[in-house]
Amino acid sequence: MDREHNITHKLGNKHKVALVVVVVLVGFGLGFGSAHLVSGYIAYWDVVSGPFFLSVRVASAATAIAGLTGIASGYALAKGRFPGRDLLETIGSLPVILPPTVVGFYLLEVLSPGTSTGGFLTRATGHVLVYNATGCTIAATVAAYPFCLRAARAAIEGVDPALERAARTMGLPDWRVALQVTLPLARRGIGAGLAIACARALGEYGATLMVGGDINGKTRTMSLAILDAFTTPERDTMLLVLVLIAVSAMASVGLLTRSRA
Amino acid sequence: MTAALELAVSRRIGEFDLDVAFKVESGISVLFGPSGAGKSLTLSLIAGLTRPDTGTIAINGNVVTDCARRTYVSTQKRRIGMVFQDGLLLPHRSVLDNVALAVRQAKGRRARRAIAQSWLEQVGAEAFAHRRPGSLSGGQRQRAALARGLAGDPALVLLDEPLSALDLEVRQELRKLIRGVITSSNVPAVLVTHDRDEAIELGDVIIGYRAGRVTGSELVERPAPTEPGPTSPGDTGPA
Repeated sequence: MDREHNITHKLGNKHKVALVVVVVLVGFGLGFGSAHLVSGYIAYWDVVSGPFFLSVRVASAATAIAGLTGIASGYALAKGRFPGRDLLETIGSLPVILPPTVVGFYLLEVLSPGTSTGGFLTRATGHVLVYNATGCTIAATVAAYPFCLRAARAAIEGVDPALERAARTMGLPDWRVALQVTLPLARRGIGAGLAIACARALGEYGATLMVGGDINGKTRTMSLAILDAFTTPERDTMLLVLVLIAVSAMASVGLLTRSRA
Repeated sequence: MTAALELAVSRRIGEFDLDVAFKVESGISVLFGPSGAGKSLTLSLIAGLTRPDTGTIAINGNVVTDCARRTYVSTQKRRIGMVFQDGLLLPHRSVLDNVALAVRQAKGRRARRAIAQSWLEQVGAEAFAHRRPGSLSGGQRQRAALARGLAGDPALVLLDEPLSALDLEVRQELRKLIRGVITSSNVPAVLVTHDRDEAIELGDVIIGYRAGRVTGSELVERPAPTEPGPTSPGDTGPA
């Protein structure tokens, strides 16, 4: 019992260490930038904050939308036999197979007010869907969706169907079997898919550039801002911050992976 | 008197051909026969987890399957309780939650948990009510599975070799428990086993199975009980 308690205690500490490493290193990176701001060398935060918060907003919305639609369609593919099943599977895989700029090109064709579908969608929603934050979110959602779909489908297919049958004998209707048995049992795989999808949405570049443009203060996400920064004198500062963030991310992943093993 | 279960069904799976017909009244009816005789398939057909090719199934006089009329009542609406060979408790929920999920006759989480708790006490599983199934022994899991099978106020309980994965000592202990709890709750039950001693100890009626056919049935004679059994928690719980 004591031994079990100690192991649990150690695992908890490792998670805490990982979090501390992330916070310290990211803080160090931001602090480094702030120092430049104070010294007047570069208005670092002013440059970074807009793209940073836009990226967080876009990635959060994209992960939520891709998560919900991906889990629902992953469930349908794992459990159902219906017309258009193969088509759904193929469409779901396209954003992974196609280059992001090509996906962006297709999205632009579908969403631009000048095209027939885009014109219809603009009139129907009362909102232009390109060259704004909505366009960035749509691009990031399309990029993130296949990861949610595939992870959810694999995780749901991995749930023992005997447990779902047992739940039916308990009188649970199918929707409760899905929500209270299948999805909770598939949560680890779905969670992993959501994490990858979030990372993909955060790092989305090609399609976002096509659909959102690279408008400073409006559609410039972190990924776009990073490329822009590399063409300015702040290149070295940006490089250092990115290295620090990458090292902290790798350290966190390493610690978390080791603590689970 | 309406039979608790009446069935006449056939189902072909590959080379195997099941074609059986029997009635079940009150008490425990045991489907007894060698492995591969079609006993568990019969339970699956009764539960609605598998559809027969032909035939009808009625529980308490209500037709739940009628192939000719294309009537198939879903598993959820058959009001059955089922105890599986390996328990099949939901691993992400506590034992108490597993049983509470099966309670149909009460509204509200607290009421369902109260009924579940009383069933766990009835089967001697209250000590591990808040543990996850993964941390339980085989015997403890089957106690919890028995409580879950009975907690939903079922019209019929189906037990699919509930003791076959347990060692002899635990098996003998649980035989007494199953017999006592099912008899006292007064729910008709169909139990599958290939163990002759188990069939005789648990059953009121033994229905013989061989190669997908019923070979006959016999009543098991028992001395009259000397003292009344415990009352059903479903009757006394705060429903």
